[in-house]
Order: sequence, then C-alpha cells, then structure tokens
Amino acid sequence: MAEWSGYLFLILKGAVTTVELTVLGCMLAFVMAFLGGLGRLSRHFILRAIATTYIEFFRGTSIFVQLFWAFFVLPLIGIPLSPFLAGTLALGLNIGAYGAEVVRGSILSVPREQNEACTALNFSSWQKMRYIIMPQAFILMLPTFGNNAIELLKGTAVVSLISIADMTFQPQVVRSQTGNTTMPFLTILVLYFLISLVISTSVRGLERRLSQGLDVTKA
Amino acid sequence: MGGSDQPIIKIDKVSKSFGSLNVLNELSFDVEPGEKLALIGPSGSGKTTILRILMTLETIDSGHILVDGEELWHIPGNGGLVPANEKHLHHMREKIGMVFQLFNLFPHMTVLRNVTAAPMLTQNVPKEQAEKRAMALLDMVGLADKADAKPAQLSGGQKQRVAIARALALQPKIMLFDEVTSALDPELVEEVLNVMRRLAEETDMTMLLVTHEMQFARDFADRVLFFDAGRIVEQGPPKEIFSNPQEERTRTFLKKVIAAGHAI
Ligand SMILES: Nc1ncnc2c1ncn2[C@@H]1O[C@H](COP(=O)(O)OP(=O)(O)O)[C@@H](O)[C@H]1O
Ligand SMILES: [Mg+2]
Repeated sequence: MAEWSGYLFLILKGAVTTVELTVLGCMLAFVMAFLGGLGRLSRHFILRAIATTYIEFFRGTSIFVQLFWAFFVLPLIGIPLSPFLAGTLALGLNIGAYGAEVVRGSILSVPREQNEACTALNFSSWQKMRYIIMPQAFILMLPTFGNNAIELLKGTAVVSLISIADMTFQPQVVRSQTGNTTMPFLTILVLYFLISLVISTSVRGLERRLSQGLDVTKA
Repeated sequence: MGGSDQPIIKIDKVSKSFGSLNVLNELSFDVEPGEKLALIGPSGSGKTTILRILMTLETIDSGHILVDGEELWHIPGNGGLVPANEKHLHHMREKIGMVFQLFNLFPHMTVLRNVTAAPMLTQNVPKEQAEKRAMALLDMVGLADKADAKPAQLSGGQKQRVAIARALALQPKIMLFDEVTSALDPELVEEVLNVMRRLAEETDMTMLLVTHEMQFARDFADRVLFFDAGRIVEQGPPKEIFSNPQEERTRTFLKKVIAAGHAI
C-alpha cells in the first residue's frame, strides 16, 4: 500500500503537468481565438488573410503533426523549444483556431440593431465593440469555449509522445514498474473526468453570472 | 452655422436605391429649427429610409443634405466636395439622435448605464454629472425608480421611454422618431406619446416623427408630409392634411388608416 501511494504520487505529479498544460494552452487559445476571430472580421484585407490562413491551417492539419513540428522541426530552423513549451504552443494554436470561429460567429450573431443603436449614439467602432458587442457576444461564446477547453484538456495527452511526463505518460511508467494496469488507468480516467467537470462547472457558473437579468432577444 | 434664419435640415434632390429598388427619387424638403414634423404615408414609401439617412445609418446615392448649415454626407476636398469620412460623420451625429421602433436598448446594461454610456464615452462627461443628468431624464420619462433594472425587466412602453431618455442624454438638436409606438401593446402607447408631447412642449428641439398614430400627429406636428413611393405627395399643417386633403392618394391613404382603426 505504501508502495502504491508512491505511484499515486507519480500520477498526481503528471496530473499537475496536465493541468499546467491545460491552463497555459487555454490562455494561449483564448488570445488566439480573439486575434483570429477579430482578424477575420477586420476591414483590412491583410489582417483577414492572415487570420483566415491561421484558422484554416490549424484546423486542417492534425494536432499530432503540429506538435511534431513544434518539437522536432522548429529546432532545425533555429527555434529550439522545450517539450512543455512546444506542447503549450501546439495545443493553444490548435484550439485557438477553433475558438476563432466561435468568436467570429458570436460577434456576428449580436443583432444588427445593436450596431445601429451604437451609431445613433455616436460610439466609435472600438467603443461599440468593447462596450456593446463584445459583452453580449462573450456570453454566447462561453458554452463552446467550455467545450473547447475540455477538448484541449483531452488533447494534452498527445504531449506524452514528446516525452512530457503528463497524466497519460505516468501510468505507463507505473504499469511497466508494477505490472498493474487497471489501477493506474482507472486513476487517470477519474482524474481526467474530474478536471473536465471543474472546467464545465466553472464555465457554466460564469455564463449564469454574466447573463443574469439578460434577455438578449427581447431587449 | 445654425442661424435661426436658415433651415436646420435641408434635403436637396436626394436619391436612394436598394439594388434595383428606387426608394427615394430626388427628394427635397427643408425643416425649420424647432419644427415638429410628422412623416406619414403607406408602408414602403421611404419614411424610415429618410430618418436612417439623417442618422447616417444609410448612405445616399446622389443629392445633398445640410444639417445645421453643414453638409452631412460630404466634406470639402479635391477642389469640390468628396464623400464624408468617419471623423466628419462623428461630428455630424452629435447634432442628431434617433429612437427606434424596437427600442434597441443594450440588454447587458442597467437602465441607468444605458443612458449614461454614450455621454460618458462619446462626450467625456464625468460619471457623476452623466448620472445626474440621466436621473433627471429618467425622472422626466417617469422611470427614475427603474434606474437599476435591466431592460428585460421592463415593459415595451418602459423600454421605449428609456430609449428616449438615452437619446436625449446626448442633448441633440434634432430627434428622429421612427414608429416608436408601433411595436407596443395598445395600452402602452399613450405613456410613450405623453413623453413626446412633453418634449414638444418643453423643448425647442427639432423633431421628425414617422408615425401611424394620426391623432397624435395631428396634435403634435407643426407640419405633416404625406409620402408615397419616395416622394412628397402633399404637405401642410395637420389640420389641412387631415381635414381637407387635396390629393386623391392622400385621401385614399387616410381612409385606409381610419378603416384600420386609427382614429384621426
Ligand atoms: N436595407 C434595405 N435593403 C433593401 N431594401 C430596403 C432596405 N431598407 C428598406 N428597403 C426597402 O425600401 C423601401 C422603403 O422602405 P422604408 O423606408 O422602410 O419605408 P417605410 O418606412 O415608409 O415603410 C421598402 O420597399 C423596403 O423594403
Ligand atoms: Mg418604416
């Protein structure tokens, strides 16, 4: 039993790595989602082209390939990344590309009349976006953002391929050392589920708080 | 600029099409400072389009519009006039406010914030002063007790009164009202009309009103313009237009409106 608690500790250490990857990946994805989504809605052709290329490229190629590029190919062109950084980058850029489409769609689904009210009240386009459109669009983004964050959590498992000792990596160590298969994999099954539960619960809580007293369609 | 001897709005041969649909055809009319103008006419005759053009929500294809002595859609350039840029439009919008048929309140903001947002953001009015002015306006429209409510908690009539207070908070010289009661339940119409009556009596704002409320137009307006197919068919003091219309089309329209249950 003492021995098992040692192995459990190993798995929990992997869990910490997974959570760190998830949090940092989500932060990058969040930023990229807004850059990409706003870029696609930009008046400037160049920004639209860059954003569209980013989104299509990262949605159209596999997260595995992106990870291998970040870790194995970038060093060849003089950009060596630590495994952790490569993992964060690949995950954040990949999920950010999906998030960008969510940002774009949500902004577009705020009724046109809200834009017109802003013009009538003489808001600048920045003020309109910042104070009127984005707060309403953000609430619409949240449910899909929650799903994307859980996708990213599940995606973190691929980083064990570049030898990061995450939550998927560690049970395999335990298994090879103890020969016990069920316990370590059952443990991470439960842990993954718990982490995703934390994500979905907090996103839903945030959504509820932000949409309090709100009735977007009847405003 | 803006002398009282010149019209506050001068619409000069303005044309506007949506695709192949010609909505306004070389339309011209003037509005005097402080005048209360009612625009009536069948649906699709271009009344909303005129207000939207004045609010810079639609562009014009040709013609000129002067507001308070300044070109609305043009600025000097290239030795003549060129299309206005955003900076000029921003300057011109200071003079004009608009109230919409469907209120268009900001659903994520309280009533008070709906009214203070624009003065604070676009005129740099300090928060305290903006709130004081907003509370006075909410009081004027009878909604001071709703300052902390969200729009979703209000009735249609209350929403529209907030929308009026919101537009007034920017202290425009000209107010545009586009069928502001037509989305309301009948029993809520009067509370909104009362606010507008007060505005007409207590301020010297220029007001342009598109409406199907003929009784109200008759009391409220200094002048009525009857539109059909993007042209002014007939205009004059309400008494003349409603009691003694000269044009066949005006008569037909008024008959239809009465048949539809709008008393005159
Ligand atoms: N954005 C638009 N695109 C296409 N057609 C439009 C648009 N806005 C208005 N129209 C058309 O222009 C005509 C005049 O519309 P409008 O000014 O709203 O008339 P009214 O307010 O007198 O009912 C209508 O036939 C309407 O369908
Ligand atoms: Mg209309």
